[in-house]
Amino acid sequence: MRNVVIYVMAGLSGFIVMSFELLGGRMLAPWFGSGTYVWGSVITIFMAALAIGYLLGGRLSLHSPSLSRYAALFILAALLLAPLVTYADRLLEWTFNLIEDERYGSLLAATFLFAPGTVLLGMISPYSVRLLVEDTHRSGAVAGVLYFVSTLGSALGTLLTSFYFVLWFEMNTIVIALAATLAVLALLGVIADRVT
Amino acid sequence: MMMRCAALTLLLLAFPPLATTKTLHSERSLYQNVLVIERMGEICLQFTVRVDVRNQTCMKVNQPREMVFTYTKMMMASLLLIDDPTSVLVIGLGGGTLPMAIQELFPGATIDAVEIDPAVVRVAERFFHFKPGPNMSVFTQDARVFGKRAARQNKRYDLILLDAYNGEYIPEHLMTAEYLQETLALLTPGGIIAANTFAISRLYDHESATYEHVFGTFLNFRQPDSANRVVFASNQPFRTEEFQRHRATLLDPRLRPYAVQLARYAGRLDGREDWTRGAEVLTDQFSPANQLNR
Repeated sequence: MRNVVIYVMAGLSGFIVMSFELLGGRMLAPWFGSGTYVWGSVITIFMAALAIGYLLGGRLSLHSPSLSRYAALFILAALLLAPLVTYADRLLEWTFNLIEDERYGSLLAATFLFAPGTVLLGMISPYSVRLLVEDTHRSGAVAGVLYFVSTLGSALGTLLTSFYFVLWFEMNTIVIALAATLAVLALLGVIADRVT
Repeated sequence: MMMRCAALTLLLLAFPPLATTKTLHSERSLYQNVLVIERMGEICLQFTVRVDVRNQTCMKVNQPREMVFTYTKMMMASLLLIDDPTSVLVIGLGGGTLPMAIQELFPGATIDAVEIDPAVVRVAERFFHFKPGPNMSVFTQDARVFGKRAARQNKRYDLILLDAYNGEYIPEHLMTAEYLQETLALLTPGGIIAANTFAISRLYDHESATYEHVFGTFLNFRQPDSANRVVFASNQPFRTEEFQRHRATLLDPRLRPYAVQLARYAGRLDGREDWTRGAEVLTDQFSPANQLNR
């Protein structure tokens, strides 16, 4: 039961990362266009932020790991994502005025807007491994299932966002929904921690 | 025998078989496949390799000035709604037909031409006689970025020709209410925006709703022999039919090399409202233009 909750949380966090990344590109478009370099900036920042997140998440898992602390990562990520709907445009305007070159302008904007939340989301994967692995013998198998679940989540997040969500909802609505989902997952984690 | 062979060859050269298509140039740019073909005395620019795809621009080899497509002529009808322009912004280059015509007709006007794809600029220069004069600047830049920068430099235009949607893929951030507002803000008082857009699919209703939202009233110009429509918008009431006829009389002699007859359009720029009301306005928050265009 506890493990199922962790897999669900990790899978949905994978979903949210890629949904967020797709929306990220669309957030930059009014200011920096939608060309290759804008997507280059977005992907670069997401990858770099995830990399840092993996490192920090692994570190954090060394100190009294628990499902509640794991849940705290989700709440923090939600708190970093949700306010984007209020300040993203002002921040984009600021970077647009600051930097003339669209490549570096979009890179800087993407750093400010997407890096903090994505670092938090990156921390989830190694922390999940720590919570799921009971003996070293099975650690590879556990990591395999975890990657499977979270990367499949990412694939679904990309597909649903680009094919359907942008057709059905406003962008800010989707961002809020992603943040709300993270909050609900955190709650789920806390409850699972209490019960088990 | 020899002579006869030569004669035949000459004959073939003079009258090539009708449907022969020759590929003059083909390149995969950062944004699209750029293809230049020659067929039946016309050189055409295409943005994909599929055969059934509409040509982007065509030019007659013998009369390079002549405008081949109806929508290009429809765009020229914007000249009925203003005095001779002194500053013009052209968004989307294609073969450069529109900016070249404007440059030749109004040599004193400053022209800014914006095209995102450097390959298109090169092809226009090499195959379509596109030669920017001293008053024309070409910006290889995203149109939205260009517009925002232009606003900050207080640039203003009497005429804005928006021709950025090529039918294959719509730059969605160029079809939102916010973008149209930004473009409207670049107009001088009484200036005109002419936008060449689609007249098909679900997108039509959404686009129309968006134009109405931003411009209030606009002229919805359609022609029976074109699948496109051209939308005219301004920040002031449109000029009278009388003014338009006066402009046509003035301009038509000069427009003869382009095969444009504005007298046919004068006073007839407003088509009936032929879209379904109530479609959602396209915004930066909601802009699935490509999904709606399927």
